[in-house]
Amino acid sequence: MNVHDYLDFEQPLIEVQKRLDELDADDPQAGAQRSELEQQLNQETQKIFSDLSIWQHVLLARHGLRPHTIDVIGGVFTGFTELHGDRRFGDDAAIVGGLAHLDGAPVMVIGHEKGRTPEERGERNFGMPQPEGLRKALRLMRLAERFSLPVLTFVDTPGAYPGAEGEVHNQNEAIASNLAAIYRLRVPVIATVIGEGGSGGALAIGCGDWLQMMQFSVYSVATPEACSSIVWRSPDHAEAAAEAMKLVPDALLELGVIDRIVPEPSGGAHRDLEGTCALLRSHLSDVLKRLRGMPVEQLLRERTRRFRALGD
Amino acid sequence: MSWIDRLVPKFGGTSRDDDSGESVWIECPSCSTRQLETILAESFHVCPNCGHHLRIGARTRLDYFLDPGQRVEIGNEHRQHDPLKFVDTQTYVDRLTRAAKRTGEKEALLVQAGKLLGRPVCVAAFEFGFLGGSMGSVVGRRFQAASDYALEHGIPLICFATSGGARMQESMLSLVQMARTAASVERLNEAGIPYISVLVDPVYGGVSASLAILGDVNIAEPKALVGFTGPRVIEQNTGVKLPPGFQRSEFLLEHGSIDMIVERGRQREVIAHLLNLLAGAHAELG
Repeated sequence: MNVHDYLDFEQPLIEVQKRLDELDADDPQAGAQRSELEQQLNQETQKIFSDLSIWQHVLLARHGLRPHTIDVIGGVFTGFTELHGDRRFGDDAAIVGGLAHLDGAPVMVIGHEKGRTPEERGERNFGMPQPEGLRKALRLMRLAERFSLPVLTFVDTPGAYPGAEGEVHNQNEAIASNLAAIYRLRVPVIATVIGEGGSGGALAIGCGDWLQMMQFSVYSVATPEACSSIVWRSPDHAEAAAEAMKLVPDALLELGVIDRIVPEPSGGAHRDLEGTCALLRSHLSDVLKRLRGMPVEQLLRERTRRFRALGD
Repeated sequence: MSWIDRLVPKFGGTSRDDDSGESVWIECPSCSTRQLETILAESFHVCPNCGHHLRIGARTRLDYFLDPGQRVEIGNEHRQHDPLKFVDTQTYVDRLTRAAKRTGEKEALLVQAGKLLGRPVCVAAFEFGFLGGSMGSVVGRRFQAASDYALEHGIPLICFATSGGARMQESMLSLVQMARTAASVERLNEAGIPYISVLVDPVYGGVSASLAILGDVNIAEPKALVGFTGPRVIEQNTGVKLPPGFQRSEFLLEHGSIDMIVERGRQREVIAHLLNLLAGAHAELG
């Protein structure tokens, strides 16, 4: 990580990391010093991350180096084959999807992709889907259903793209139809929030038989900035809005909105992609094992019970 | 003034004649002519001068739409609560209390079973005066109850949606109501029970992107604003100036989002006719 990749509250870690980086890897004398510094780094990291404010949590969920859907797909699955297009109008790069293997069995993978470089972020609209992206997701879910493949979704978006074209192409219908379809899809649907989950653009692939959140992700009805604008009539109260919306996994687990929190490596997912993917893989495998064994009718009965009680 | 107060119908023009204390005058927000409320009520609160559809409360809406006579109110046992303990410039509980006082309703959705030209129907109507008709967990639960009632009795469901969207003060508990209500509509679809959605100015966000757009037939009142993202946010975000009429009913019809635009005074007749046609097909296939 470069110095500019550290968030303000992570600053105390820079100095220790720098001293650690300066140690000569070939110097046998440095061994003791190295383990001492590593221990110090570990302690500092734990100290900072065990006492995060809600807003710091939001910043982590949006961290520039945080693993995105594409990184997760590369690290968790094998043989990913991307599929494109909604077959009606276009292909929206804010949503990626395709077939892959998990534990040797084929699955359908769908997620928001924010993009990493400035160019990529532009092409992908910062992960904010147009109706075409959500319709591509729906097409892939139907494809998965036809071939009895479980659907694994990854949520990472501030919301649906707020543009005029999306309105003309009926963003409302795209979101609503996905929700109705997910409710009756005859295969398991497992949703994981990996970064930011905001509004209908997130929910349109962000619900199912199981909903889990990574430790430093967030999920809310709107971004804190949007909530601030709507409720406070000013964009200046995003921090207060974030606190009021109870958007962190701990609070949402307590409210019964989510089923599980997927832990992240020390210091957050952006510090250890491999470790993050290993944790995600084991949690996805675990849930999938349980849902796969369930007869379709039972799966649908359970889902009906689940959807009927949403938000109670 | 909150965003909701701004959107609530401006009856600022309402005044009583000092001498009689009886006649109530209402100013049309569109053409500014003053109309006697009794005259307006005869035209379902459509301005006799310019045809503007004035905003009306959910209860008035149901009175206009359903046959006079016995009604069953559904989902009243579902009462407001504040699981997030949400506080902004005031507490959510205070907002709920004031909204209830102002509208006389306990929540932003009112559901009644009654008759439409003699045919039993279940009707849900959003109360825009109640926190902008926003959908929280109780609204979602009442919509589900409406759909359950329609299913159980095998009667059509009609919903009049007018709403600013999902209710911020319930955050995720509100967002998931989109999935819950979409599922409610899906169960009606499976059972072959007609669901008619009427879009009433304005419908946005989490309500337009769930139960309101999923009608077997989507109807809008003239000049209603319907969209997912509001025009101000789109203009701020994209820097594009939106064309006149953007997101109005006529625009929606042109772009294929709705089936028809029906004035308030003809809605009873048009919807009853649609239900006859849909029920006929169902019975024949049956």
